[in-house]
Amino acid sequence: MAITDDVLVIGGGLAGATAALAAADAAEDARIRLVTYKQSTLRHASGLIDVLGYAPGGVSDGENGQEQGQNQNQTPVADPFTALESLPESHPYQRVGVDAVREALAFFDEIAGDAYAGSHTEMNALVPTHGGTVKPTARYPVSTAEGLASDDRDTLLVGFETLPDFDAPLAAAHLEAAGAPFDARGVTLSFPGIVRDDAKVTRYAHLLDHNERVETLTGKTGAREALAATVEPHLDGESRVGFPAVLGDDHPAAVRETLSDALGADTFEVPMGPPSLPGLRLEDLLYDALESAGVRVTSGVPVVDYETAVADSTADEPATAAIDHVVVDRNGAEIPHEADQYVLATGGLVGKGVESNRERVTEGIFDCYVPHATDRYDWFVDDVFGEQPYARFGVVPDEDLRPLDADGNLEFSNLRAAGSVLGGYDYAAEKSGAGVSLATGYVAGTRAGEGCQ
Amino acid sequence: MAHNTAVLVLGGGSTGCGIARDLAMRGVDVTLVERGNLTDGTTGRMHGLLHSGGRYAVSDQASATECIEENEILRDIASHCVEETGGLFVQRPEDSDEYLQKKLEGCRDCGIPATVLSGREAREVEPYLAKDVSRAIQVPDGAVDPFRLCVANALDAERHGARVETHAEVIDLLREGDDIYGVEVRHDSGPGKRTHKSPGTTEEITAEYVVNATGAWAGQIGAMADLDVAVRPSKGVMTIMNVRQVDTVINRCRPKGDADIIVPHETTAILGTTDEEVADPDDYPEEQWEVDMMIDTLSELVPIIEEARTIRSFWGVRPLYEPPGTGTQDPTDITRDFFLLDHDERDGVSGMSSIVGGKFTTYRAMAEEITDHVCEKLGVSATCATAEEPLPGSEDISVLEEGMDNFGLRSPVARRSNQRLGSRAADVLETDEPNPVVCQCEGVTRAEVQDAIGQSGSDLNAVRIRTRASMGNCQGGFCCQNMATELHPRYDEETVREALDELFQERWKGERHALWGEQLSQAMLNYALHATTMNRDNDPASGATQIDYAQFDGGA
Ligand SMILES: Cc1cc2nc3c(=O)[nH]c(=O)nc-3n(C[C@H](O)[C@H](O)[C@H](O)COP(=O)(O)OP(=O)(O)OC[C@H]3O[C@@H](n4cnc5c(N)ncnc54)[C@H](O)[C@@H]3O)c2cc1C
Ligand SMILES: Cc1cc2nc3c(=O)[nH]c(=O)nc-3n(C[C@H](O)[C@H](O)[C@H](O)COP(=O)(O)OP(=O)(O)OC[C@H]3O[C@@H](n4cnc5c(N)ncnc54)[C@H](O)[C@@H]3O)c2cc1C
Repeated sequence: MAITDDVLVIGGGLAGATAALAAADAAEDARIRLVTYKQSTLRHASGLIDVLGYAPGGVSDGENGQEQGQNQNQTPVADPFTALESLPESHPYQRVGVDAVREALAFFDEIAGDAYAGSHTEMNALVPTHGGTVKPTARYPVSTAEGLASDDRDTLLVGFETLPDFDAPLAAAHLEAAGAPFDARGVTLSFPGIVRDDAKVTRYAHLLDHNERVETLTGKTGAREALAATVEPHLDGESRVGFPAVLGDDHPAAVRETLSDALGADTFEVPMGPPSLPGLRLEDLLYDALESAGVRVTSGVPVVDYETAVADSTADEPATAAIDHVVVDRNGAEIPHEADQYVLATGGLVGKGVESNRERVTEGIFDCYVPHATDRYDWFVDDVFGEQPYARFGVVPDEDLRPLDADGNLEFSNLRAAGSVLGGYDYAAEKSGAGVSLATGYVAGTRAGEGCQ
Repeated sequence: MAHNTAVLVLGGGSTGCGIARDLAMRGVDVTLVERGNLTDGTTGRMHGLLHSGGRYAVSDQASATECIEENEILRDIASHCVEETGGLFVQRPEDSDEYLQKKLEGCRDCGIPATVLSGREAREVEPYLAKDVSRAIQVPDGAVDPFRLCVANALDAERHGARVETHAEVIDLLREGDDIYGVEVRHDSGPGKRTHKSPGTTEEITAEYVVNATGAWAGQIGAMADLDVAVRPSKGVMTIMNVRQVDTVINRCRPKGDADIIVPHETTAILGTTDEEVADPDDYPEEQWEVDMMIDTLSELVPIIEEARTIRSFWGVRPLYEPPGTGTQDPTDITRDFFLLDHDERDGVSGMSSIVGGKFTTYRAMAEEITDHVCEKLGVSATCATAEEPLPGSEDISVLEEGMDNFGLRSPVARRSNQRLGSRAADVLETDEPNPVVCQCEGVTRAEVQDAIGQSGSDLNAVRIRTRASMGNCQGGFCCQNMATELHPRYDEETVREALDELFQERWKGERHALWGEQLSQAMLNYALHATTMNRDNDPASGATQIDYAQFDGGA
């Protein structure tokens, strides 16, 4: 028996979750389902919501001339919305239009509530990275809000001997080299209660979440107090203290509050690489919202195939095919899922919505057209940060976000695509990943919701 | 005239390092100069096969005999660099029985232990061998880590008083009349360990005798003193798989051909190779068809390779040589033997010999012969002891066998560190400081990285070849940054940044040849981590333009 819904969203990353929420918002009585396979890129991502950090043709110092890609060593754009206008026609932002980007951000702000900051302005903030550079972003988790590099308060950075991903003294020196408008100092300390050199970041977070009793020189205390006591002697008048992003998983606000009170200084997190707690917290937030919105979520299963409906061929022009149902593989059992409207949000190369072999690049489920050079050696350039063609692999949408085939015709009448399965933009170079996922997820979901009414 | 050193060895590959060690152990004052890192030439770009000699048992029995002798010596003196995998010469239905028979007899003639297995027996050894493999000959091939072995030779040479200068390129030979008396080198960052950003210097180093062991580059060095050394560089490709599809060296049992060996190496398996003459050992095309051929041809032997994930490809150039007038057309037919060219006897120019040709497996024997020759010139009578004296790391085999949970590391990490460090493990890993894992794919801890930095300075590629950090599946995406931070505070922020950029770019160089399927996903993930999460492509610290921080959101 087929499972039947009104809107079926495939892929549960930022784009898919946003699309499902937007569909639920647009069509209150509709049945919305989200089917997703593996963990999304949120696990890798810093949790920041970048909209546009660098614009094509932006100011580049071009020191090394040709060799360096055009998209290197540029100055960041302060106002992403103005810069959006200069993007090429084929860019997903241009496809949906600047207004839709604003609406999508407002939609996100509503969902995220107190968990995110940055909505008070249209300007980008600069956030310190764990390597010590700064990055332009539009929305940031509250846990990073006190740490902005575009805020001029002096800063103490704290790293831990057992966490090689963040070297605080080095990051402080790097921030200084980056011209940050404050004094930064770094210290490396031992994290109270961590006994194994290879403890995972979730172990640190867990200690703090549960304020576990840990051994200190002065006897047993809660992990939060112990951490504050370890840091306190190193404070030298700084009004804020930054830590690697391990300050709690379930109760980050409470952890920060205890630390701030004990230290008499604001505390913040510096986003880190995978597994990224801020990214995982955003994922939790989205899935809570999906539940509240009544979206049915099936995870751990892939969509493996699809069938089209028999086309109505009374018209002169060949009709565009419509998807009748997709096939979900549940432990070997093939379960048809039927819907009126479909949203494809299976991610790009990382999420595996876009696949490749030695000969070609494809979209994995519907085989939607993905432009790419026939010669595999034209998929990359030699400079690792150069203008990488592979970073732009993805499907080509029309203004309604429906994928187009090689001739510019609709692939299917009831399929829209959102997020990094879309091509034609390099989110890593532009710093536009989450922004594009939000804007296109919002538009694709809204149209799908409207379409099924 | 007083010389700076008795013998000056040019080239820090296996040959040069082997010679430096041998000379130093015989009490000869020796200096070695290498233009890049140790192993930057062919030694760091080879297949990793410790030949049993089986490969040459039909075509070149002298080489085959030397291989098995040296194979046995290296298992002994360099146990921590060798993995005794064993090897199979595998016959497919279309491969001739007659050749298999010749191979078997050849092995026996050369003293190479060889046993014939049926197809079924061969698949018991290696379950992924193709179903139609009909027979196989089992021989004692092994896997060898050229980085570790070469560095161990250099370390031991230093222990015996040698001076080893890396990042010191020979830019001229000092010749007076018909005598060569030294070289001029350009230090990338001054003498001693390399530090990024230190200004370069030049130095004249004079010597009683110069040994040109620059392999495929020997002709370029010769030309600096108007000597003709006709090396014929020949390139070969190798493609690295993300896991070990086989634990035994797999050779195709047929006369010669491209894409006929798979060598298990640490966590990976390496497919190879080709043989094609190139004009310039520093600049030759690296082509797609070569990579495709490895996969397509070797999947005839091990079919799962067709669908498996490759993590990178790399190329090396063989320093082939044949005496003037031999006139071999096909580079695969050029002998794999080595030649000692005494320029006094050959060209009437005294003070220098060049070594060309040869194999990694026989580097020690080559070094011995050359060192004998040099000692005779210098009137030194000490004899060679390199076949008996273990290399640093292989001195005390019991250390290797010690329990797993040493040094507070998780077991697989401890096991792998022990394998890499051999008997140096205790020295390196015994620390009171926390010792987290810096590279997850290869299980490399901070102490090991620190030890390597102590040996080699701020050059992270030198750290990489010593530790294998950044050489696993992620190709450095996750760990390059962590390796770089280990340089701090010994080196300043700017140095760390440059060292990181250099390593990351180097990793990309080989990854580009594996950009499809899983590894293309990995490449995008690495790119996102470095460009998106860290914004390293627009690092304001590296750019010339200043950010106006006040224009940006400074918080609510
Ligand atoms: C390392 C890294 C760091 C990043 N950092 C930032 C950052 O700091 N700021 C920012 O703005 N952006 C960042 N991004 C980019 C941003 O995370 C992505 O652009 C965005 O989240 C993509 O979301 P998505 O929903 O399109 O795809 P994904 O997150 O990839 O999700 C796709 C989902 O679809 C599922 N799926 C795939 N195939 C199927 C199938 N056949 N059936 C069912 N489900 C399927 C996948 O399992 C996955 O769960 C980063 C990305 C990476 C990789
Ligand atoms: C594709 C391939 C696969 C191979 N596989 C195997 C195998 O599996 N088993 C095996 O036993 N052998 C193998 N070999 C052969 C083996 O790798 C080489 O014979 C051996 O490594 C050569 O070592 P070398 O020290 O003579 O040369 P190199 O390692 O090339 O050393 C010469 C050094 O001189 C340096 N140099 C150059 N110019 C200058 C200068 N101007 N100043 C200072 N230094 C300079 C270079 O940087 C280089 O480091 C393989 C070779 C190739 C190409």
